[in-house]
Amino acid sequence: MRIYVDPKAEQRFFRALLWLLTGITVFILFFIIFYILKRGLPVISLGFLSKNPVEMGRAGGIFSTVIGTVALTLLAILIATPLGVGSAIYLTEYTRENWMTRVIRFGSECLAGIPSIIFGLFGFILFVTKLRLGWSLLSGGLTLAFMILPTLIRTSEEAIRSVPYAYREVSFSLGSTKWQTVTRVVLPSALPGIATGVILSVGRSIGETAAVIFTAGSSLHIPTSLYSSSRTMSVHFYILAREGISMANAYGTAAVLIISILAINVLAYTLMNKFMRKYC
Amino acid sequence: MDRTVVRAKGFSHFFGPLAALKNINLEIYQNEIFGIIGPAGSGKSTFLRSLNRLNDLIPGSRPEGTLEVGGQDVYAPGTSVVELRRRLGMVFATPVPLPRSVFENIAFGARMAGEKSRKRLAELVTDCLKKTALWEEVMDRLEMSALKLSGGQQQRLCLARILALKPDFIMLDEPTSGLDPISTMKIEETLRKLQAEYTVILVTNNTKQAARVADRTAFFLNGELVELDRTDKIFSAPSDKRTNDYISGKFG
Repeated sequence: MRIYVDPKAEQRFFRALLWLLTGITVFILFFIIFYILKRGLPVISLGFLSKNPVEMGRAGGIFSTVIGTVALTLLAILIATPLGVGSAIYLTEYTRENWMTRVIRFGSECLAGIPSIIFGLFGFILFVTKLRLGWSLLSGGLTLAFMILPTLIRTSEEAIRSVPYAYREVSFSLGSTKWQTVTRVVLPSALPGIATGVILSVGRSIGETAAVIFTAGSSLHIPTSLYSSSRTMSVHFYILAREGISMANAYGTAAVLIISILAINVLAYTLMNKFMRKYC
Repeated sequence: MDRTVVRAKGFSHFFGPLAALKNINLEIYQNEIFGIIGPAGSGKSTFLRSLNRLNDLIPGSRPEGTLEVGGQDVYAPGTSVVELRRRLGMVFATPVPLPRSVFENIAFGARMAGEKSRKRLAELVTDCLKKTALWEEVMDRLEMSALKLSGGQQQRLCLARILALKPDFIMLDEPTSGLDPISTMKIEETLRKLQAEYTVILVTNNTKQAARVADRTAFFLNGELVELDRTDKIFSAPSDKRTNDYISGKFG
């Protein structure tokens, strides 16, 4: 015999339960952000952002690490985006589903599951030592690019796949070539999805530590070329905290990191909304 | 004078092992409205898509026999598919405006063909909108997203977009299946006007529509051409029993 449960009470119970679960998630999230900002914000000043670290970071600011982070992330995105979007276009538009596409997809998914420290080790062996690029922006950028490639391929592929088939049909029926269809119809419609992938990758690159410390090194100087070693904010934070150099400056760096990631997300989505609202 | 512009001789079309069209023999004449009726799955749409080779997009599709448009073999190795598709403008069952402005939708074909002059494009867009009786409704909203138009307007936009290709043929694949009677009437009126300049091939689920607008009507069933005759003859005294059953609503 079934136990009678009042449907309304049941509804109330599950609503409360789900609310609680969501509440806990949100709380944890905000607690982390709040805690880091509370410890980090007092340290942040114009000087902190514009001065180079002094005495291993015990004093001074984080300027060179900001430059290092921006340069490295930019480099990784510039290398990985054409590769990733290109592969995604090939996989979705230029081949039919067969064993080869499955192998490529499986490979890229395996790549996505590899811990970043393995990428760091791989980058160290290949770029830093074998190709003799040394600890440099180039080694770090290439390593990061490989790391974010699977995410980029995956998100771009999904974005391209979700463009209605009818758009392609219409484009072809209006006498456009395959290339025109892909570049003028499919890609513009897939752009928001692709951009989301890029933004996710930017976030991952900025926050990445393990892959970077092995490949870009941890020099505190402002990088002057692709072959300069450079320290990113996350590596700086790691070293400051790990070696117990200055917890205050570590939190300051972390706060700057969090704020920049938030800012990038907000900015990117606002721009995209503005751009997309016009025709969709 | 030979007015034949489309000629199918023993034409079949296969998707894998499945024959969607079987041994079709027919001729379509210049400036007529050629109606194609038949139940779902009878091969009407496949026939249209064979003409502009849109079936090529489907893996495993294979034509057999000959199909000529304007005396030119559609499936000959040297045929330019891009040119072919520009000559045979096609309107689909569901209106599919591309996610861009009304203006850019209509200018799309010309842009893909390499036209860059904004002035010439503007003239083209105006001209095509007027021909489809859409100009009054959208003249001050050309930069608006085409997705914001009503269903009937969208379908007329698709028609205008085809006219901008300066095609010889207008092919319509059940163009009014999702439209209300008034929008349907507007499309049918437009078709009658366009007949002077174009050859119109109209696939329709609505037999009454064929009776209203087509000069000649073909009845397709299970991939075969059952009967082809003057529309008044098809609807008053069809020679095949299956045609009679279909138009009188006994099946399909």
